[in-house]
Order: sequence, then C-alpha cells, then structure tokens
Amino acid sequence: MQKKVACSFPDEVLEHVFSFIQSDKDRNAVSMVCKSWYEIERWCRRKIFIGNCYAVSPRMVIRRFPKVRSIELKGKPHFADFNLVPDGWGGYVLPWIAEMAGAYPWLEEIRLKRMVVTDECLELIAKSFKNFKVLVLFSCEGFSTDGLAAIAASCMNLRELDLRDSDVDDLGGHWLSHFPETYTSLVSLNSSCLGSDEVSLSALERLVGRCTNLRTLRLNRAVPLDKIANILGRAPQLVDFGTGTYGADLQSDVFSSLAGAFSSCKELRSLSGFWDVVPAYLPAIYPVCSRLTSLNLSYVTIQSPDLVKLLRHCPSLQRLLVLDYIEDSGLEALSSSCKELQELRVFPSDPFGEEPNVSLTEQGLVSVCLACPKLQSVLYFCRRMSNVALVTIAQNCPNLTRFRLCIIEPRTADFLTLEPLDVGFGAIVEHCKDLRRLSLSGLLTDRVFEYIGRYAKKLEMLSVAFAGESDLGLHHVLSGCESLRKLEIRDCPFGDKALLANAAKLETMRSLWMSSCAVSFGACKLLGQKMPRLNVEVIDESGPPDSRPDSCPVDKLYIYRSVAGPRFDMPPFVWTMEEDSALQLNTIGNPIGSEWEHNMKGIQGLRAQMPFVLYLAELSNTSQW
Amino acid sequence: MEGSGVGGSESGSMSTVSREDNMVVSSEDSSCPDESDLELGLGLSLGGKTGGFKMHQLSKGGQFARILTAKDLPSVISAASPSSSSSSSSSSLSRANVTAGTKRTADSVAAANGSSQVVGWPPIRAYRMNSMVNQEKNMATEGFNSTMVNHKSETSMVEKTTAGIGKYQNNGNIKLRKSLFVKVNMDGIPIGRKVDLNAHESYEKLAKTLEDMFLKTTSSVNPVGSMTLELGVMKKITRPSKLLDGSSDFVLTYEDKEGDWMLVGDVPWEMFLSSVKRLRIMRTSEATGLAPQLQERNQRQRSKHN
Repeated sequence: MQKKVACSFPDEVLEHVFSFIQSDKDRNAVSMVCKSWYEIERWCRRKIFIGNCYAVSPRMVIRRFPKVRSIELKGKPHFADFNLVPDGWGGYVLPWIAEMAGAYPWLEEIRLKRMVVTDECLELIAKSFKNFKVLVLFSCEGFSTDGLAAIAASCMNLRELDLRDSDVDDLGGHWLSHFPETYTSLVSLNSSCLGSDEVSLSALERLVGRCTNLRTLRLNRAVPLDKIANILGRAPQLVDFGTGTYGADLQSDVFSSLAGAFSSCKELRSLSGFWDVVPAYLPAIYPVCSRLTSLNLSYVTIQSPDLVKLLRHCPSLQRLLVLDYIEDSGLEALSSSCKELQELRVFPSDPFGEEPNVSLTEQGLVSVCLACPKLQSVLYFCRRMSNVALVTIAQNCPNLTRFRLCIIEPRTADFLTLEPLDVGFGAIVEHCKDLRRLSLSGLLTDRVFEYIGRYAKKLEMLSVAFAGESDLGLHHVLSGCESLRKLEIRDCPFGDKALLANAAKLETMRSLWMSSCAVSFGACKLLGQKMPRLNVEVIDESGPPDSRPDSCPVDKLYIYRSVAGPRFDMPPFVWTMEEDSALQLNTIGNPIGSEWEHNMKGIQGLRAQMPFVLYLAELSNTSQW
Repeated sequence: MEGSGVGGSESGSMSTVSREDNMVVSSEDSSCPDESDLELGLGLSLGGKTGGFKMHQLSKGGQFARILTAKDLPSVISAASPSSSSSSSSSSLSRANVTAGTKRTADSVAAANGSSQVVGWPPIRAYRMNSMVNQEKNMATEGFNSTMVNHKSETSMVEKTTAGIGKYQNNGNIKLRKSLFVKVNMDGIPIGRKVDLNAHESYEKLAKTLEDMFLKTTSSVNPVGSMTLELGVMKKITRPSKLLDGSSDFVLTYEDKEGDWMLVGDVPWEMFLSSVKRLRIMRTSEATGLAPQLQERNQRQRSKHN
C-alpha cells in the first residue's frame, strides 16, 4: 500500500506565501481551508480589523492571533456622530490597550474610530509599545493634549499621528515640544481638530523642519496664515496639506511669500483647512491647483463665483468637499472643469434656516452626474428633490458606490409631483449595481424598501430616517439585502414584527440601530432571550424600561452580534436583554403577548442563514468584524 | 478549528448586572404609569460572578441633591416642577401616556415631546457643527441678539407641532433645531455627559435635566478610567436626607469663552447660551473663587425674606 503523500510544504513556506495575502477576507478564507492552514495563518496574521469592539473580547483576539502588529477598532454606532448616542454609552479602548500591552509588545499601529480614549490610554501606549508607529484617532474623545505629549515624548519611531475630527481637550500647543530634538520620523500629522488658540509655532516649525519624510501635515485653526509660508518652506515635499486659519488683512508681501511657498510644493496633491477664508488669499494656491486631486473647502464661506474661479484651476480634481454656497451654477461649472471627479460632498451652510439661503437644488447634483463619468461617491444636502432627477442620476451614474442624500426637511415629497420619492431611490438601487452605501431622505413609503430589498444586493450600509409606513418596509430590507452589514434607522414606524421575523438575519450583520421607532420592550427582551449571539441593548435615559409595560416602545435600540457575550461597562441608562434573564415577559394586560411567540415561530420563522457549522467557523474569524 | 469558540466560555454564565427586580414597585399594572409617585426601589442583580450591585434610585421630587443656580435661591424645592413625574422626565412619561398600549409613530413622539425636538437632524457631524458655530460666532456682531431671535422662533415652531400627520403630506411639523451640546462634568463622577442647551428654555429646566442626569441615578458607572473593569463598585449614594433646605452640596458653574469659570444664572439665558463653553457641577466647598458671589447672593436672598 502506498503511503499517501501529504502536503509537504513546510510551515515556513506557507507562511511566506500567506504574507502576500493582505485582505482580511482572503486571510479568513485561507484560515478555513484546513486545520493546519488555520494554525499557520493565525500565527502570521499581523493586521486585524474589528468593526465593533464589543463583538469580541481582547482576550479572544489575543488568544487566536498572538503576533499582531496592527489593530483597528471601532466603537460607538455611527449615529453617535449626530449626538444620538448619549455620552457614557461605552466604546472604551482602555481594556484593549491594557491587554495588548502585555500580549503585543511589538504592536506598531493602533487605529480607532468613535472610541473613548483617555490620557491614561495614551500614556500606556507610549510606555508599552517600543516600536509604535501609527496612531489614528478618528472621531474619538476623552483625552487631552497631555496624553499626546506622552506619545510625542516616548514614541521614537512614530510615523503617523492623526487625530481627525476627535474631541480633544486642548490645553495649548506645548505638547508639540515634547517631540525630542532627535526625533525625525514623522510622516503624517493631523492635528486639525485641536481647538485651543495657543499653538507652539516654534516647536511646530522645528518639528516640520527636521522631519524630512513628512508627507501629510494638517494644521489646526490656531496657526495663522502668515506662518504658512514658513512652514511650507520647511516641507516642500508635502503631499497633503491642511492650512490653519486662512484669513488675515491682505498684505502683498504675505501674499507673495505664500504663493511662492505653495509653488515650491511640487508634490502637493491635497489641500484642506481654510478656516475663516479671506477670498483675496485664495489665488495663492493657484500654482498647485492643476495637480490637486483632493480639495476640502467645506469650511470656506465664500460665494459661488469665487469658488468657481478657484475650481477652474483644478482639472485633476477627484475629490471635492464644499459648502452649498457653490449653488447649482457652481456645480454646473464644476462639472465642466473637473472631469476626473470621483467624490463630491456638498454640506449645508444654514441647515436650520427655514428658508433656503442659497440657490442649490437637485439640479446641481444632476449636472455633475451628467458630466462627470467617474463619479462614485456622493453626499448631498439640499432642500428639494424629484423622482425624475433621481432617475436621471441613476441612469447616468451606474458606477455609484456610495449615495447619501439628505433632503433637509424630513418627509419632503417630490417637489414636482408631490409624490413620494420611492421611484427615484428605486432607480438608484436598480441601476447602481455596485452600491455599497445608501442614505435615504424625503417622503418614502414601504415601496422604496421593496425596491431596496429587491435590487440592492451589494448594499452594506443603509441609513433610514423619517421613512416607511409599516413593518413591511423593514422586512423587505432585512429579508432582501444579502450583503447588509449595518442598518441604522431613526424615527420610522417599524415595530416588532419585522424584527422578530428576521431575527436570524441580525446575526449576519454587524449591527442594527433603531431609535424613535416602535419596537416594544417586550420584543427586545424576547430577542435577547432567543438570540444568545446577539447583544440587544436598550438605551433609555428616562428610566428603566421595565418600569413601563412591555408593550411600551423603547427609545433607542442597538443590536449587534457578539461572541463575547454581554458587555460589562454599560452606564445606568443602557440595559442588555439577556438570555438567562429572570425577567419574565410581562404578559399582564399585554394584548399582543402571544403574537411575539407566534412571530418567532411564525410564517417566516427563524430561517437559518447558513449551515450551523459554517456559521460557527465564520464567527471564529474575528477579524472580519 | 476553533469551532467551539462561540464565546461559550465568555458569555452565558456571566451576566451583566441586570436590572431584574430592580424596580419600581407601584407600577406593575397594565397601563403605563400615569401617576407621579413611583416608589423607591433598590435591586440586587442575580447571578453574575462579579456579584455586583446596580442601584437605581428613583426619588421623589425635590428631595435629592439640588444644583444651585442663581434662580434657585431662595427656594430650592419649588423650582422643581411638581406636576411631572419625579422619576422619569416628564416628556417621556407623557409620551408613554399618549401611546399606552399602542404602537408609536415618530410623529406622535414629536408631538408629545413638546420640549424635546428632533435631535441629530439634519445629520451633520458634531465636529462640523461646532466649526460652523464658531465661524458664525466670529462673524456675528451681536451674537446675543441673534440667539435670542432664534430662540423666539423656536418656541413658536414648537407650538405648531401637531400629532397625527397624514401620510402624503410634506410634513412641516418636524422641528429642526440646532443643538448646542456642551460637556457637563460633576465632581466625583469620572464620566462626563453632554447636554443640549438649546433643548432647554431656562435655567430651571437645565438644572432639572442635570439633576436627572447626575443626581438621581447613583453613580453605578464603572470606573472605566481604571485598569480593571469590575462591575459592582458601589458608590456612595447621595441621600436626600443629607441636604438641608435652601442649600446644596453642589453648585452649577460654567466656563465662558474667555476661559473664566462663572456661576450659572447671573446673566440672561440667551447671553449665557452665547458665551458658555462647558459646565461643571462643582462641590460648594471647592467653589472658592465663586464663593463670595454665592455668599453674597445667599445674603441678599435671605435679607429679602426677613
């Protein structure tokens, strides 16, 4: 009998092969081939992404991947950006840092989004990771510039420090001087969110001057315009530059040195900042405009003609962020100047005004969609929309991957026909087959969700507000959108039925947020009891939900899958619905008590989304979360 | 394969501190409570290896720690709104009343929540809102007046809000209002909160909200600043009986745009809105810089009543 020849590659060879596989999805696939590949892979995985910090515990991650060098974690739900998640909800990174300090002494990169980071965390990072290189704190909070000083002082190999949009307690610019004079490794610094008026300009200039590899520098508002030339002069190799304040009394010598500094930056491709703009200074950037691929003018409060003048100089522009001062006319001009445009974001200058203050309508967006063939990503705030405009957009931009439309007044109908905008958004999902992210607004019935469930097969994230009429809407989405990972809903009349009928779907998603909807407390309890792999969290600042009958709707609901079980760090206004809870379903006086049970076993029932074994294997692939 | 690693070891038996029998004795009936007195309830959690406590103390109105503001003095207790339910905010209970046993739509919520308008809409990130606000403040010459104007128009808009919206109407009833979230920290509590000043029309309302936030539920918040996240760190409960009429352990202060800490309540509400950066509920004993102001006020008030 011949001996079967087993796969005879030594582990080291396989490991080397695996090192070429970078994407998480591919890595996960590799790990599922066979037991030995799983083992080899887990020892050589260097980079993990955890989309929900509560889906898995630090210890579990460390146990499976012992040699990680780079970690990315996300904390609070997206709606926290709009103040819908009360402070204190959670998202603390300290437990992770504490565990990793011991387990990953060679950790190089930490990227966090919407997490609470304290100075203690930063000090721990500075102390624990000798080869620390990258710290990205995206929309984080809880720390001060003292924590940054600790990082600056200790991390000799720091390459990247990016604080974008974080809420930092800025105690003044002295933290910059904690970078030792011998420190030269900085490649990227984004401190644009720092709010203090004080900044240590000399420390900044010296830092910039000695870090010859600096490619990204985004200053905060405290840095005055007349210092830009000096800073740029020390870093002509910059690729990405964010100004501080871009306004001052016009002085020709300041202007000319500014223009000279910009023109010596031959590598510059991205500009941002521009707070408090004085229009007369804008032409100073003309020398670099032809090469610019990204321009963030979303704090620039100048009128359309001046904006257009600037944009005409930017034929290579791929990404533009701008205020609605640009108006329809400006967008029309944009569409003829910037044929390479891939991403457009138009923000409202006066979102709370009752009357429009600018002439920006659906026409502006339509003109860009008609003329910019590469457009993929849209975020657009406006006050009116029509189905015909949306259909036009859909037909002319089938390559859209992200489409977020915010019609400012909730439930605004098609201004031409006064009908709902179902057909328009339906066209978007039908024609844009690669659509991954969609935000709805305007007047919408259950029909739009029918279209979404039918067509939006690649949709991963859906944001819904003030839309729909009944549970059928939610049911269409949960039962139809195969790729759905994140669903966030506010102020919609969705209740228990669709949620309970599609409970199993929730285990295939990262998370579901529902606030100001009609989901009852009893349904939450039922869901929590029946679905042990889901954390069902009820957020209610007005008091414990079981002080009211089970039929009462909950204020906010956040459901996410987790292999770590319920979390322990909840504030008093968050309750987890647990499986072993002794809470009885309060059926007294509850006319629809039996309906819940019926729903669970009912018509749709608990459809298994995939075979159980495969599902377990999926869950153990922590990194895809 | 780590097939069994479905969190078996980490979940299940370890329950969080739950709120099981925590509760409120008097309202175990079929309808949403419409009475204003809910009894004190203390609850122990069941199970849980941590054996922790989670206390929810629902106090009757006015007897727990009060935060002093200028408008409070002389009368501490009467400033609390007696007609609303003490334990939960009035708006949410009235919401519960309106929708007892029925499904709720967003419209009726908005209607019932007269004072609590739509938060977080349009969806503009707080970071961007703050930048815009700052730019406006720099540009506005009479910041005080403009906020006053906004305030007036907001009030009238709120009154127009109605319930029961037709399905195919362009619904003008949703009130969009700019939020003005500021941080609030209280001495002794590690976790700060945020409060939307534009959702309150007066110092009394603000004080009430802050009391609800900080002084009603005892701080069973975990000391997340520390290395171990253990549940069940029992904090000292602020007992109503410690307080004397007319005084409090705490004062409400704010930091203004110039970085100075001031006692809340001295200036007109609108002026306060335009200059406040953040709030702090300070122990009276620590409010030394402000103590003269406080004492002065106390004396003035007392002499008025004599």
